[in-house]
Amino acid sequence: MEKVYTRPKSMNPRATGYCPGCLHGVATRLICELIDEFGIQDQTTSVLPIGCSSMGVFHFDTDMIVSLHGRAPAVATGVKRCSPKRFVYTYQGDGDLAAIGLSEIMHAANRGENITAIFVNNSIYGMTGGQMAPTTLIGQKATTAQDGRDPKREGYPMKMCEILAQLEAPVLVARCALDTPAHINEAKKVLRQGFQNQLDQKGFSFIELLSNCPTNWGMSAEKTIAWMQEHTMKTFPLGVFKAKE
Amino acid sequence: MEKLFMKGNEAIAEAAVRAGCRFFAGYPITPQNEIPEYMSKRLPQVGGVFVQGESEVASVNMVVGAAYTGTRAMTSSSGPGLSLKSEGLSSLAGSELPAVVVNIMRGGPGVGSIQAAQMDYLQATKASGHGGFRMLVYAPATVQEAVDFTYLAFDKAMEYRTPVLISADGCIGSMMEQVELPPMKEAEKEDLHFFASQYLNPKRKVITSMLPVESEQELYNKKLAAMYQKWEETEFLKEEYLLEDAEYVIAAYGTSARIAKSAIQILRGKGVKVGLFRPITLYPFPYDSLRKLDEKQVKKVLCLEMSIPAQLVEDLKIGLEGRIPIACYGRSAGMIFTTEDVVEEIERQIRQEECE
Repeated sequence: MEKVYTRPKSMNPRATGYCPGCLHGVATRLICELIDEFGIQDQTTSVLPIGCSSMGVFHFDTDMIVSLHGRAPAVATGVKRCSPKRFVYTYQGDGDLAAIGLSEIMHAANRGENITAIFVNNSIYGMTGGQMAPTTLIGQKATTAQDGRDPKREGYPMKMCEILAQLEAPVLVARCALDTPAHINEAKKVLRQGFQNQLDQKGFSFIELLSNCPTNWGMSAEKTIAWMQEHTMKTFPLGVFKAKE
Repeated sequence: MEKLFMKGNEAIAEAAVRAGCRFFAGYPITPQNEIPEYMSKRLPQVGGVFVQGESEVASVNMVVGAAYTGTRAMTSSSGPGLSLKSEGLSSLAGSELPAVVVNIMRGGPGVGSIQAAQMDYLQATKASGHGGFRMLVYAPATVQEAVDFTYLAFDKAMEYRTPVLISADGCIGSMMEQVELPPMKEAEKEDLHFFASQYLNPKRKVITSMLPVESEQELYNKKLAAMYQKWEETEFLKEEYLLEDAEYVIAAYGTSARIAKSAIQILRGKGVKVGLFRPITLYPFPYDSLRKLDEKQVKKVLCLEMSIPAQLVEDLKIGLEGRIPIACYGRSAGMIFTTEDVVEEIERQIRQEECE
């Protein structure tokens, strides 16, 4: 019988460490599928951050560095500048990238480092237990904003694509979502472009993937999908914010 | 051997290039700016990479990435910048990555002063970051030593897969002296293999300072501890000057030791039996020199430092185990004692001794 759907070769054969219903697994799979499709497993260096996404250390079957909180774009800069033939991508969450690592992502983007930054935004700190992130929605509850985020007190959700798209150097800045098969297919298309840009030596690509967190949002996996569609995507509209030819 | 008249910071940078350094990331801070400036021009000439980091933190993390590829890599800074880099130093040590870090020391604490001082001794030797790691720490007293130890540091970093610190006071960085430069080494990338890989993915190069299983992390801690133990037996460097008959011993490193030597020559001319103990590696500390001092002969050890409060004194206490009294004399924040100041201080100590 013909096998039409299987685990990507560059994804280790083990269960993910993510909570049931978490979309990190989908993001991980998309990346691994693309690594396989481009045939770059042996030349890839994954640069992981701190947070749930650091569990990628178990899943991506590639060379890998687990960097410190927020520093993945700086570490990736060091790897790529010394080994320009390697395919180097960062895989970061929103607490990591938009708070403690804001400086590193801004400047890697501004230098136009020839890397691919993949930003999984679920509007909350996952691994540490549901604290407010820079991307937490107005009114959304967090363990450090228990009555919900109040813009008078905590400001507004930071829109990383819109911010990064202001810079001259990046070649691709786009936001996708992982809530539906159609959106997942679209996300893969955009990710593929982000991979291709690096392989073509074009420069810095930034792909945001809107995601969920059933555990820390305090709802079933199914409800998180509805919440993403009703709330997350209203604050964070999908689209390509910048694409250089 | 070619001889040149060079400023300390530039000599350190050139020595690094000759040692095979092909990646440098750094951030402007006085008094070390000539190192990144020199590197920005020099590295591209030899096929290397210079990146001006957006911060101290980003710079040291770029070095993490560069070191991972087996490239000889360096960053440099001064006091406040070293504090910022401490997470990266810990990460290098936690991930068994080789790198050379230069601290051209200035005044402190806080922003401190930009002038030459030796105020980062405890940071360099006891806690350069979280997690209980150590670094080999070289403290040059001349521009020539700054060149020689920078050159050596790259080999030691690679041999032990560890961050190595050059701890030089601002005088060494800013001063011009005649130097002999070492030969240019072939800069080949090392094929590094990592401790973490065997636990996470043996067929890939995986590094993380976060081993997910406690017992594996503890094994790594033990591996580091064994390495530090070995350093204490084999890697210490020291200078002992006129200690054989000394009744007074000055303990000093870096520029302080040079000033001490001039003072000792004057005092010896006056018939005072003074000698010098100079730790060249601040870690591992050459305690043996202190252990073999005879308490029946040596009346006092003077801890001489460009730091207030004294910091080196902590290691003197460990080495002397209370057998010989210690006095401390220092200036700080860019104020530097003269040879005459040191002569007077020793004479004051002698008078005090006689009164007692």
